[in-house]
Amino acid sequence: MSNNDRRGFLAASAAGLGLVAIAPGIHLIQVSQARPAGEPASKLQRWGMLVDTTKCASGCNACVSACATENGINEKLENPAQRSQWIRKIDLKDPKNGRQHSLPMMCQHCAEPPCVDVCPTGASMKRADGIVLVDRHICIGCRYCMMACPYKARSFVHQPLTEQNPEVPRGIGCVEACTFCVHRVDKGQKPACVEACPEGAMVFGDLEDPNSDISRRIAQTATTQVRADLKLNTGVRYQGI
Amino acid sequence: MRRAATLLLFGVLPWLTFEAWAGDGVPKPAIKIEAEGKCIAPTDEMRRNHMEMLKHQRDKTLREGVRGAKVSLNGCIECHASKKTGSVIGHDDNFCQSCHSYAAVKLDCWDCHQPKAGYKATGAKP
Repeated sequence: MSNNDRRGFLAASAAGLGLVAIAPGIHLIQVSQARPAGEPASKLQRWGMLVDTTKCASGCNACVSACATENGINEKLENPAQRSQWIRKIDLKDPKNGRQHSLPMMCQHCAEPPCVDVCPTGASMKRADGIVLVDRHICIGCRYCMMACPYKARSFVHQPLTEQNPEVPRGIGCVEACTFCVHRVDKGQKPACVEACPEGAMVFGDLEDPNSDISRRIAQTATTQVRADLKLNTGVRYQGI
Repeated sequence: MRRAATLLLFGVLPWLTFEAWAGDGVPKPAIKIEAEGKCIAPTDEMRRNHMEMLKHQRDKTLREGVRGAKVSLNGCIECHASKKTGSVIGHDDNFCQSCHSYAAVKLDCWDCHQPKAGYKATGAKP
């Protein structure tokens, strides 16, 4: 391999890893890149989210509205308990000292997802890059996963739908949940909720990449997994709770 | 009255029957292809195998995350949606429904997938 070849090879490798050298030893990470067409999701990545609850304002619903718009959730139901809920806002108050926080709760994209364990058809699944999804093609609507999920993250669609986003198919008789906006992530974009948060309280990125913004923040500050006692190794982490 | 009945029996009915069965004596569905000749495979192959193509691709895309493949349901819609209604279903003239209602094969795709071309979803706060 001649010197020129080697240089070309190294440059190509760096581009493949999403690194751009700006000076020796210093790398500028390209935040997100669309995966090339025809290439499957890789185990070398694990998508995760960090929510800074100290920035999350009670009464703000920007993430919830953005999710509904992006994913075409607009059905009107007589029984509000049957509404699809991919992300919801929760207000918490410690009765002992009165400390309050507000936080968004959604599918935690566990590394060991109980919903996948209990699914009788294999419809509930985890993609190689850690995103937990429902394969509606083979979901039979039994709702075991809804009962297994400790975060109440999943919903069941009770009525026929017609207003879907072409990139987000969803319909009657299937269970559904937050997909981390998988159609956007595959294009190199961030989930709709992360982009919509007016406080910048949500960070999305690759947990496997030690140089990603999210990995650095997790390495530097105390973060919490909700129900860490279940050892599910969640992809969504919270700061300040 | 009797004249009208005779006309109906010997005139109109045979003519209607002949119209519907014109050609080789078998009724045919009215398939309207909006963008002819631009398909990913020859018409014969598409007619026979489109369901297999879509089934393979759906597993690749959803379960493995492969994007940008040649076979794409949204690709079908963009080309084949009716110029009149913007959809591939909803009327017997529209592309998917024209054949499927003729062959009496139920279409499940559109329970979840959006059948209209270039559709912009709008959400409300759930």
